[in-house]
Amino acid sequence: MDNPKPIISIRNVTKRFGSVVAVDDACLDIAEGEFFALLGPSGCGKTTLLRMLAGFEHPSEGDILIGGQDMSDVDPNKRPVNMVFQSYAVFPHMSVARNVGYGLRVTGVPAAEIKERVGEALALVKLAGYEERMPTQLSGGQRQRVALARALVKRPKVLLLDEPLSALDAKLREAMQLELVRLQQSVGITFVIVTHDQDEALSMADRIAVMDSGQVRQVAPPAELYEFPNSRFVADFIGKMNLFAGRVAGAADGRVLIEIQGMDRIAVPYGDQARGEIGVAVRPEKIRLAPTPPTDGEIGLRGRVREVAYYGDESHVFLETAAGVITANRPNAARTTTPAVALGDELWASWEPADTLVLTE
Amino acid sequence: MRDWRRDKLAFSVFALPATAWLVVFFTIPLVLIWVYSFADRGPQGQVIVALSLENYQRALEWIHLGIIWKSIWIAAITTVLCLALGFPLAMGIAFAPQRWKNPLLLLVILPFWTNLLIRTYAWIAVLRTRGFLNSGLEWVYDRIDGALGLIGLPDLLGPFQPLELLYNTPAVIIGLVYVNLPFLVLPLYATLEKLDKSYLEASLDLGASQWRTFVSVMTPLALPGIVSGTLLVFILSLGTYLTPDLLGGPDSEMIGNLIARQFGAARDWPFGSALSFLLLYAVFLFLWLRATVATRSKGVGV
Repeated sequence: MDNPKPIISIRNVTKRFGSVVAVDDACLDIAEGEFFALLGPSGCGKTTLLRMLAGFEHPSEGDILIGGQDMSDVDPNKRPVNMVFQSYAVFPHMSVARNVGYGLRVTGVPAAEIKERVGEALALVKLAGYEERMPTQLSGGQRQRVALARALVKRPKVLLLDEPLSALDAKLREAMQLELVRLQQSVGITFVIVTHDQDEALSMADRIAVMDSGQVRQVAPPAELYEFPNSRFVADFIGKMNLFAGRVAGAADGRVLIEIQGMDRIAVPYGDQARGEIGVAVRPEKIRLAPTPPTDGEIGLRGRVREVAYYGDESHVFLETAAGVITANRPNAARTTTPAVALGDELWASWEPADTLVLTE
Repeated sequence: MRDWRRDKLAFSVFALPATAWLVVFFTIPLVLIWVYSFADRGPQGQVIVALSLENYQRALEWIHLGIIWKSIWIAAITTVLCLALGFPLAMGIAFAPQRWKNPLLLLVILPFWTNLLIRTYAWIAVLRTRGFLNSGLEWVYDRIDGALGLIGLPDLLGPFQPLELLYNTPAVIIGLVYVNLPFLVLPLYATLEKLDKSYLEASLDLGASQWRTFVSVMTPLALPGIVSGTLLVFILSLGTYLTPDLLGGPDSEMIGNLIARQFGAARDWPFGSALSFLLLYAVFLFLWLRATVATRSKGVGV
């Protein structure tokens, strides 16, 4: 990180609801100016963690510091954070301008300043001219912009976003992803976003924390998370992955020898110690398909095409091999309607040993 | 099977019993009362059908206007007290843990399982001169008196004078608040229960205090329930008969008692009919006001 000073410190935070552990001993530091994503399947505790940052839930154990200040005894209305709710929560009985100005009115900002700041905030989210509209006259995307403006006008230290794009249709969602990044860069405020959508997290965030069953599994920048997942869960949750169960047969000069059922023994570069049962993984887009065996040094596997899923920009080929079904992605680079791969074709799948992941967890 | 709503015959057959019931026992009597309200009273109290406005003129005499005005006042105070007591109660139930909501609602509805007459008599037992409330006060009074005796001030307070709690307007209002409270709590609860809690969280998140959130966000969003509940309580209180009859004194007669007297002791059905219709018109006026408010704040309700 360029700026190592953490604006948010989550220290050993646990949250229990009765006997259910929603967040389990979470530790996170979020740097000032960072676009940070909490990513995980539903029920993993990411929303609970966000609500603890906003002050709507209190940690059962552990501390939360915002801007170096302990938040244990600070009520939601006194915290230097603002939230964009999943449902937007735009007050239906107030006009756009009154919604955006609400947070300034309740804290006694002078009327002239409110008018000016509301105007700036609305311009920022491209809603200038919508001041007198009522929320019922707005589309879902516009309501979300109102919610954004209403939170940003407070100039918080941290903006919290709870699944902000989940209610939008696919096209609008993509446009809003780019716009949120642009917005974050222009205001320079730390954004913490909760999402279950990995594409959203990968495309927007500077760093991502992957959560599962209340635990933080890995915290890393998007590319590192995608290419170097630290566990089977993260490897499987982020993107698509071919996973094999393997067993370490030995090690030699920075490589481990791995035995996989139905495959020749493979040698994979791996720095750490590994022994016993491990997971072996390779991304579908790293796999090439060819009618002939691969050249030396590559890992090869023969199989028969069982299924081809066409997605327009690429096709996913499912190859039945002795080691199980593996998926390989083929970009549809040339403009043709004749499929390059047909059902029943006998093909070789091959990939670089360096593209192979060894997962000990 | 065909859509029964399209089958006119089946529709008529099914709708007939209820329609006939309402026409015979509601619409026709209502028309009769309306006709009576323009009639004259015979010397023996007979109804002589005529076309006179004399009953309405009498209803607007000062003495009767006073009773109508007093009824509106009592109903208004009852409504305000019900709102003051009922809003926190409805909020408490709406924000209670899920498993507590139904038992709490049941407690609100529970009094309906007992006859209104018995419940009102119970208030007499509580409020009368030698009732439970005065006995309780007397007990406390005696203890204080005894304590003062111990520190050397015997008979400082004198003998206990029971409070006059029954057979006056405050007793009527107490009784009306008691009877009508559920009619305010239930619609208000229904509105608050449906209210998206993230509106309240958003208000807090934006820096508003709990009180500001209550005033600026919760109350406006609960307005449909507040209007329904207060209107219901007001209309029910305005036309009430039993409560002022049992708990009220000579000066707390309400329009319901006045009407009852015309159909009973006074044997002046035409005048009673005219009063009934004035009450009905008043209720229509309030319903119309409510509809106007609802149209003006359209889109706010949700």
